[in-house]
This record gives sequence, C-alpha cells and structure tokens, in this order.
Amino acid sequence: MSTSARMAEVMRASYGRLLAILSSRTGDMLLAEDVLSDAFAKALIHWPKEMPKNPEAWLLTVARNRLTDIHRKDARIEFRDELPEPAPPDQSLDDIPDDRLKLMFVCAHPAIDARIHTPLMLQSVLGLDADVIARAFILPKSTMAKRLVRAKRKIRDANIAFEIPEAEELPDRVSSVLEAIYGAFSRDWLGKNDLAEEAHFLADLLKQLMPDNAEVLGLAALIAYTLSRADARVQSGEFIPLEDQDPAHWEVALIQSAGVDLARAQALGSLGRFQLEAAIQAVHADRITTGIINWDALLQLHHGLSQIAPTIGATVSYASALGKAVGPQEGLSALLQIDEPVRASFAPAQATQAYFLSELGRPQEAAAAYERAIALTVEQPLRRYLESKRAALSGNLL
Amino acid sequence: MRYTLLTYTRPEDFANVPPEELGQLKGLFGAYIGALKEAGILAGVDWLQPVSTATTISEGGNRIQDGPYAETKETLGGYMTIDVPDLDTAISWAKKCPIAKFGAVEIRPSASET
Repeated sequence: MSTSARMAEVMRASYGRLLAILSSRTGDMLLAEDVLSDAFAKALIHWPKEMPKNPEAWLLTVARNRLTDIHRKDARIEFRDELPEPAPPDQSLDDIPDDRLKLMFVCAHPAIDARIHTPLMLQSVLGLDADVIARAFILPKSTMAKRLVRAKRKIRDANIAFEIPEAEELPDRVSSVLEAIYGAFSRDWLGKNDLAEEAHFLADLLKQLMPDNAEVLGLAALIAYTLSRADARVQSGEFIPLEDQDPAHWEVALIQSAGVDLARAQALGSLGRFQLEAAIQAVHADRITTGIINWDALLQLHHGLSQIAPTIGATVSYASALGKAVGPQEGLSALLQIDEPVRASFAPAQATQAYFLSELGRPQEAAAAYERAIALTVEQPLRRYLESKRAALSGNLL
Repeated sequence: MRYTLLTYTRPEDFANVPPEELGQLKGLFGAYIGALKEAGILAGVDWLQPVSTATTISEGGNRIQDGPYAETKETLGGYMTIDVPDLDTAISWAKKCPIAKFGAVEIRPSASET
C-alpha cells in the first residue's frame, strides 16, 4: 500500500480517536485540530522515508509535543488533565481510553446550536472535510466553515466539559447525540451518497461505547435496516416503495445485525422512539421469510410511535398504516386530522393523501395531491415515482 | 472558571403576581443566594432597580440618554457571578435560580480570566 493510501486509512480510522484525546485534555477543539493537522503534515514528510510501526502512537506523540510547546509559550492555555503518555510503538491506540464518547456529547451539547450538532460530529469524530459537510447540508462552504468555528469557539470559551453527563442529565444528552446521528442519516435516507454510511459508522461506534443503552441499540438497528434496502430502493433511477421492493435485493447481513441489536434493545426493557422505528423496519424485513406484510403489527407499532414521538412524519406514517390495515377511508380521515397548513407543506402527507384518494375512486383530487407532492420533492428518484403515479391516473380523469 | 448569570424578566409578568407570592419569591431568592454562598462559589451579586431608572451613555460619552441601551421586552434584573469548573455546572446552578421559572437566565463565561 502506498504511503498516501496508508495515511488516508490511518486518518479515517484514528482521526476522531486522536482529536478526542487532544481536545478533551485542553477543552479546545480548534487547538487540537491545529496540532493534529501539524502532525499529519509531518507524517507526510517522515512516513515515506520510514513508516512507523504504530502510526497512531507516532501521530499522538508529535501532536502532544506540539501542544506542550504551545503551552510553554502561552501560559493562557491550561490543560485540564495530563495528556496520556503516548503508547510505546509496539502497542496500539486501544491501550489509551477512548474519549470519542465525550467528544460526541460535546458536539451535541444543548448549549450549542442544534443545527450544527450533526456537522460538528461529522467533522470532529469522522474527520470529514467542511467542504463535504457543506455540500451535504446544501450550504456554501464558507458559511458551514464559519458556523463550525463559531461552535468550537463557544465550546472553548464557555468551557464546555468533555465529560460523560451525570445520570440525571444522561437521557436528554444521549437523545441529542442520537438526534445528531439520525440527522446525518436522514439527509441521505435514499442511501445513495456517503452520509448514510457515515451515520451508520457513528451509530455503530456509539453502540460500542454505550452497549447497554436501548435507544442507542435501536438507532443502530434502524439505520442498518434502512441501509439494507439501499439497492432495492432505487431501480433504474426510480424510487420503489418498500412494499413493492423485491426482498432478493435486500442485504441480508445488515438485516441480521439489525435484528440482533433490536433484540438486545428490547431485552433492556425501556421503550423509545428509535426502537419503535426499528421494530417497524423489522416487520417489513420479515417479508423475506414470510412473504407477507403484517399490517396489524405495523399499525400497532405506528400507533405507539405516534404517541411517543408525535412528529408530523410519525403521524403521516400512522395514517398510512391505518389505511393499509383497515381501509383507505379510515387512513384518509386520520390524515385529514393533521392541520391543513402543516399537511400542505409536507410531501409525504400529500403523497399519502393522493394514494388514498385514488383508492377511493377520486382521481381528480388524487392527481391534484400528487401535483402538490411533486412540487415539494427534490430527490429525482422520488419525483419520477410520483410523476408516474400521477400519469397513471390521467386515464381515469376523463 | 467564573460565569455570570444574568436574569431577564418582563416587568408585566410580575404586574399581576399577588404580594404574598412576591414575598415568597424573595424568600426563594434569599435561599438560592444562601445555597450559592454555602457551596463557596458566589463571587458577586446585585439586584437592579427597574429599567425605568436606567441611563445610558454612548458615542464616546457624548450622548447621554434616558432609558436602557437596548429596547427589549425582557429586561436585565440582576446578576450573580459564580466560580465553578465548567459550563454544565453553571447550567445546573442557573436552572435552580428562582428567576428561571418566570423569565430567563443568561449564562456568560468571564473574559477576564486567562
């Protein structure tokens, strides 16, 4: 493997580990980023001559020495804690405690603007470029870079602790970490660019760091289930709804690992939003073996979800499940209970309404609802799907 | 690290509070300040007259103006400076402030401490 390929691999695998160690000791992510990128720059010079046995320990040593230098020159920088001795070259980074969980809690701290939680986590835990993050969030690079720096300055200047929160605060704090990971995932739920994979990595990492948290396991399961259908979801550039997908195109390994996580979550006996969402996915995944969709089970789960987390998405999904399990009239009635302005600006609500109306033999109204759904949809595969549904109605319009 | 807790309230929120409740609030506040003192973290405190008493100077001291610097519905009512290890500790103390139930408490880290 070339040095640059090896470097890219080390960077991907250890950036977050190293940044977490360096920033949790100084409370200053900006400074930690500086010394870490210095270390990577030095690696570019030294590694082609002689590749260290343990590249991570090499990077940590160089970064740590740089921090000590800066510290000597600038007494204002205060270390909260001694930096750990770098691991001897024949040991791995695993001998040093993993501080990434603390880093994740800081990125999703309630004192930091919630809109920047996800980008901050992608950048600091995964080492993703501000460029890539900006594109995923459809923002100019300079805007995204400014927001990230502002958040990191606040973390430093307000002295936000790199600590695992107290038991009393923990559930809320974990849920904002979960929201941040889910935020990365939901930007790419079609699973066609890399953000879904990054979210999967973060969810798995969080699962290793908090193995006994039911909602952490629930989110890992939810993401794995959804990713298992990435190939089946879009065929020839057109979106295929879950019920019409061919289970032969689903990725069985991901479904199995999701099943294991969900079972472990349920055994912990504390129900939550992400477990319910994963359980809904599990019912659909069962079609691989049973060949049928258990709509009654889905209806119960969707009802539970709309009670526990009454978001607009959950309410529309419940109406949709009701329509499938009981009948289109019941589904439509449930849907129409959502406030009109909210419904009018939410594409899935319009698409569901269109489906029920067409089932009820009201093609003109259905076509109008499809039109509204199309106008609200940006993803091309979804637009094509909605347009074909709309076109199929035109035969019934006369 | 020092943090200053700035308390903001809307005067009209207190207009309809019965006198006995107002007295109770004063008691709560006294207990809160007592708790801060007992924890050994209180570095300064003051309670301010209503905003109608404010005078503002600006433009290099050339302009003296009746009233507060910023016209907002919520006005600064007082401050407490506390010395605690980190923001989370400051937040947990700020949540216990009786004003948090009526108005808002802004937490600002000290800039003079480096």
